[in-house]
Amino acid sequence: MSLLPRNRNAHPPAYAPGYKSSVPRSPSKALISGVATASEQTGPMFGHEVLGERDNNLILNFTGQPAIGERIIVHGRVLDEYRRPVPGALLEIWQANAGGRYRHKKDSYLAPLDPNFGGCGRTITGEDGSYEFLTIRPGAYPWPNGPNDWRPMHIHFSVFGHSFGQRLITQMYFEGDPLIARCPIVNTIPDKSVVDRLVAPLDMTRALPLDCLAYKFDIVLRGQRQTMFENKPEGM
Amino acid sequence: MVQPLDYLEESPSQTAGPYVHIGCTPNFVGIEGIYDQDLGLAPFPDDAPGERITVTGTVYDGTGTALRDVLIETWQAGADGTFGPGAQGWCRMPSDLETGEFVLNTVKPGATGKQAPHISLWIVARGINIGLQTRMYFEGDDHSADPLLNRLEHQNRRGTLIARDTGNGTYRFDIRLQGEGETVFLDL
Ligand SMILES: [Fe+3]
Repeated sequence: MSLLPRNRNAHPPAYAPGYKSSVPRSPSKALISGVATASEQTGPMFGHEVLGERDNNLILNFTGQPAIGERIIVHGRVLDEYRRPVPGALLEIWQANAGGRYRHKKDSYLAPLDPNFGGCGRTITGEDGSYEFLTIRPGAYPWPNGPNDWRPMHIHFSVFGHSFGQRLITQMYFEGDPLIARCPIVNTIPDKSVVDRLVAPLDMTRALPLDCLAYKFDIVLRGQRQTMFENKPEGM
Repeated sequence: MVQPLDYLEESPSQTAGPYVHIGCTPNFVGIEGIYDQDLGLAPFPDDAPGERITVTGTVYDGTGTALRDVLIETWQAGADGTFGPGAQGWCRMPSDLETGEFVLNTVKPGATGKQAPHISLWIVARGINIGLQTRMYFEGDDHSADPLLNRLEHQNRRGTLIARDTGNGTYRFDIRLQGEGETVFLDL
């Protein structure tokens, strides 16, 4: 078993000057490539015992009283590059409230905090790789980069697969948001067709009448190759 | 025409942004009551076998400024060189919000095959577009057979992957994202 190499061309480069924070925080030397070893093939696994009952319900998980905003279900599957479901994957999400404000001392945007919205949630995928969150649609917000840059509505996702080499953080965007194309962080990804893979479509098959809309967001992790012809990776 | 290769491609990375702690260590930034405790507070239980060590370090940007909003995850073998079970061997460390220093209290890993004892690191923060992979080896160990260290073309950069022994089971490991003394980052 070994991890497929990452296609770095389908990720943002470290240095993306349109996103100013990347300028001093990007390595300037080439990455050292190699075959994944036991240290990358293995990774932490989390059991359902870490989860609380409301961990995937951001509408209620802060105070028990409902957060303000447009109620949505976010659901999808975690798959690998071979289209195999990834069961037991820990997903952690965080987001701004309906007004575009984070519960964080460094966020001083003038939209108010919602006393009933904390802004984080987590879940673990089922046997078929599926997951589901109930939350509110986050607001767009301005941020200091260019003179008038705004983040599109988005939810941050942190994903653990089965190996540490699959570790990924990304962001989900919402179908139809005109701010996506204008966002310097989105545009760190050079290829627009790659950006599309982060845009969740409205999914009326999962919307609940008189209750909430739904968006579908599938996540793909690096593939785990399994072949009887493979030599042992170096160092194992 | 040929049959399509209908594989999927990995979802593209996006920066963790300035508020990664809300999602990954909410209790650490004062969002309490959602999770009992943050995940990854310690990599091993107190009674795990092996030598206890403490690694302290700071992540610096290209201007020499300490990152105070960085989140580091570590993954390592236990003292016997094997991984797991469960999440054992994994730790999540937000740097100190004032100083930028991180502290890892762990067990010194054993060698894994030909690989010398090491800890894998994954580093995310605002301005980092895709999580940075690197490794920490330990001063004083025999690194002569380690495949990764030996494949480094520029052997003068090898020291950036080796934690300095500061005595009594303590080590220092600073990470430089860019410029002079830039840490070797990996694509494994
Ligand atoms: Fe955000």
